[in-house]
Amino acid sequence: MPNTGKSTLFNRLTASQARVGNWPGVTVAAQAARIAAGGATAEIVDLPGIYSLEGGCEAELIVRRFLEREPINLCLVLLHAAQLDRQLTLALQLKTLGLPLLVLLNMADEAAALGVRINAARLSAELELPVRLISAKYGGGVAAAWQCIESLLDERPGAARADGAGRHARAQSGRRNELHRVPQRAESLPRNGQTACLGCGACPMTWAAGATAGVPAAVAVERIYASAVKAPDDLPERLTARLDRLLLHRQLGLPLFFVTVFLLFELVYRLAAPMQEGMVWGLGRLRLELLEPALRAVPPLLRSFLLEGLYNGVGTVLSFLPVIVLFFVAMAAIEDSGYLARAAFLMDAVMARAGLDGGAFVIQVMGLGCNVPAILGTRVMRSRALRLLTMLVIPFSLCSARLQVFVFLAGALFSARAAPLVLLSLYAASFAAAALTAVVWQRRYRSPEPLLLEMPPYRLPTAGHLLRQARRAAEHFLRRAGGFIIGGMVAVWLLTHLPTGVPPAGPATLAGRAALLLVPVFRLVGIGPLLSLTLLLGFAAKEIIIGALAVIYRAGDAKLAGVLAADLGWVQAYSFMLFTLIYTPCLATVAAIRQESGTWRFTLFAVGWSLTLAWLASFLFYQGARALL
Amino acid sequence: MRISLNQLPDGQAAVVAEIRAGGSLMARMTAFGLKPGRRIRVIRRANWQGPLHVRVGMTEIMIRRSDAQSVQVAVDPA
Repeated sequence: MPNTGKSTLFNRLTASQARVGNWPGVTVAAQAARIAAGGATAEIVDLPGIYSLEGGCEAELIVRRFLEREPINLCLVLLHAAQLDRQLTLALQLKTLGLPLLVLLNMADEAAALGVRINAARLSAELELPVRLISAKYGGGVAAAWQCIESLLDERPGAARADGAGRHARAQSGRRNELHRVPQRAESLPRNGQTACLGCGACPMTWAAGATAGVPAAVAVERIYASAVKAPDDLPERLTARLDRLLLHRQLGLPLFFVTVFLLFELVYRLAAPMQEGMVWGLGRLRLELLEPALRAVPPLLRSFLLEGLYNGVGTVLSFLPVIVLFFVAMAAIEDSGYLARAAFLMDAVMARAGLDGGAFVIQVMGLGCNVPAILGTRVMRSRALRLLTMLVIPFSLCSARLQVFVFLAGALFSARAAPLVLLSLYAASFAAAALTAVVWQRRYRSPEPLLLEMPPYRLPTAGHLLRQARRAAEHFLRRAGGFIIGGMVAVWLLTHLPTGVPPAGPATLAGRAALLLVPVFRLVGIGPLLSLTLLLGFAAKEIIIGALAVIYRAGDAKLAGVLAADLGWVQAYSFMLFTLIYTPCLATVAAIRQESGTWRFTLFAVGWSLTLAWLASFLFYQGARALL
Repeated sequence: MRISLNQLPDGQAAVVAEIRAGGSLMARMTAFGLKPGRRIRVIRRANWQGPLHVRVGMTEIMIRRSDAQSVQVAVDPA
C-alpha cells in the first residue's frame, strides 16, 4: 500500500537512501540494495507501493512483473497498522500466491496514539502468517522484525515465485519489500510466459466478474479484523484534524497555502544565492590562482578550450548544486509532513482544468526560482503522464536567470515608468505559455489513474530523511545530467571559437554562420542576425545573454544599454524578450528533462515545443504590433 | 434514504450503499476501503467544485466530485 513507510524501512534496513515521502507512491521504480542477513548476503528490493491488486497503473505493472519473473526468498508485506481495516485484504491475497510472507505492521506508534489496539499474536494465528509490529521511522520493533527475517530466511533457503498455477489472482499481487538471496536468483526458474494479465486495463472487470474469489476474502478480512484489532468507533480529536480545520479552511486555506509556498521559495532561494555566489567566487579564484598560471605554457586556443569550455561547464554543473540540495530539503519537508496532499486538495479545482494536480502547482511555483530542481522535483508525482505534462510546463516559469536578463533589457530599452509593466507583462506571458501548454497537451498526457488520494496524518519530517533525499537528488544530478551539461558547454565553445583565426562569438564562427542561416526565420519576428546569434548562445544558459550581447555588439557592459537602445525599437526589443522568455531555458533544464523523462524523444519534443511556441508568440506580437502601429 | 456522496452534508455519517464505477476507479475505491457497508463521512469540501475530503474507516481520502457522484450512500431518515 502506498504511504505505509516502505522506503523508510528500506532505508533503515539498508542504511541507503531510497526516497521517502508522505505522498503516495514515491518509490517510482524498484530500488535494490544488498545486505548481510545471517550468514549470507540478501538482496532487498524496495518495490513501489500499490493500492490494489486490480488496476493497471505504472506501479502495479512494476510489481507484477517483478513477482512473476524474480525468485523470492521472503516477501515483506508492509501495512499501515492504523489502517488494517482496509489493508489486511492485501495480505490475504498475497497468501494465495504461495510465497513466503512476513507481515509488518508499520507506524505502530501512530496506531497506538489513535487508540488502535492490535493483538499481533491473534492476528498471526488468524492469518497463519508471521506478524510483527514496527515503527520504521523511530526504529521500534525493527530489531525484532529483523531477527524474524533472518530466521525465516534460514528456514527456507529456496526461492519461490508467484504461483504460476494461480488464476487471475496470481498476477494481482501487491507486495512491498522482497528479500531474496542472491545465490538463488538467476536462471533456476524458467521465465513465466503467462503475461496475459500484465497490461490489463480489463483486470478490474475480470475481478468484479470473478467475485467468487473476492467475497470470501472480504468476509475473512472483516472477521479477522474484528477478532484481532480494537479500534475506537470515533477517533479522538487529533492534531491532524485541528490542523486541517485551519489549513484546509474554506477561506483561509488557500491564502495560507500561498504564504507557505512563498516562504518556502524565499527560504530556498535566499539561502541558495549566497552559496551559489560563494561557489562561483571560489571557482573564479581557483581559475585565477591555480589554473591560469598552470596553463600558461599551453597554446591559447587549447587554454581557452580548457578554461572557457570545459572548466566553465564543470562550474555550471556545480553552481546548480546548492539550489538542488535546498530545493529537495524543502520539497521533502512538505512531502513528508503530509502538506503536499493538502495542496492537491486545495488546488485541485483549478489545476484539474489544466489536466494537472496540486503537487504540480507547488513544483511550478518553485520553478520560478530555477527550473532545474523543479524538473527533478516532478518525481514526487505518482503518474508518469502527469510528470511528463508538468515537465513540459515548468520551463515556462520565468526563472531568476531570465529575470536578470529582463531587468537589464527593460531598464536599457524602456522608460523607467514602462519597465515594471514590461516585467509584469512577461510574467503574464510566462503564465499564459504554461497554461496554454497544459491545456493543449493534457489530452496526450492524461493520467490513467483516478485522482483518489490519501490525506495522510501530518507527520514531523526527520532531518535524516530530508538530508538523504537532498543528497540523492544532487548525486543523481551530477551523475546523470552533469556529463550532458559539460558536453553542451564544450559544444557551445566549439561553435563560438571555430574556425580558428576569427573573433570568438563573431559572425564568422560556426555559431555566427548558423545564425545567418536562421535570418529568414527570425526576420519575421523582428530579430536580426546579431540578436539571433545571441539567442543561439542563450540556448546554453540565459545568464550569458547579457555577456553575449556585449561581445556581439562589441560594447562594454557599461555601454551596452546605450548601444542596444540605438539599435532596437521597442517592438523588436519586446519580441526578443518574448522569445527569450519562452524558448528552452538552458542546457541544464534540457539535461534535467532528459534525466527525469528517461527518453530523448520526449526531451526533443519539449525543446521543439518551446521553440515553436516562442516563435509563434514573438511572431504574433511583432506582426500584430507592426500592423497596429 | 439514498443519496449520492456529493449530496451528503458535511459532518453527517452515512453508510455506503452502492458504487457504480468502472475499472480503475472502482479498484482504487476498494483499495481505500470505500465499498458497500462501510461507514463514511464528508469532512469538508473544497471551494469551486473542488474535491471532497472524506473519512472511510480509519482512512481519510480526497475524492473528486465527479467520482463521488458514483457513490450512493444510505442516511438514517432520523
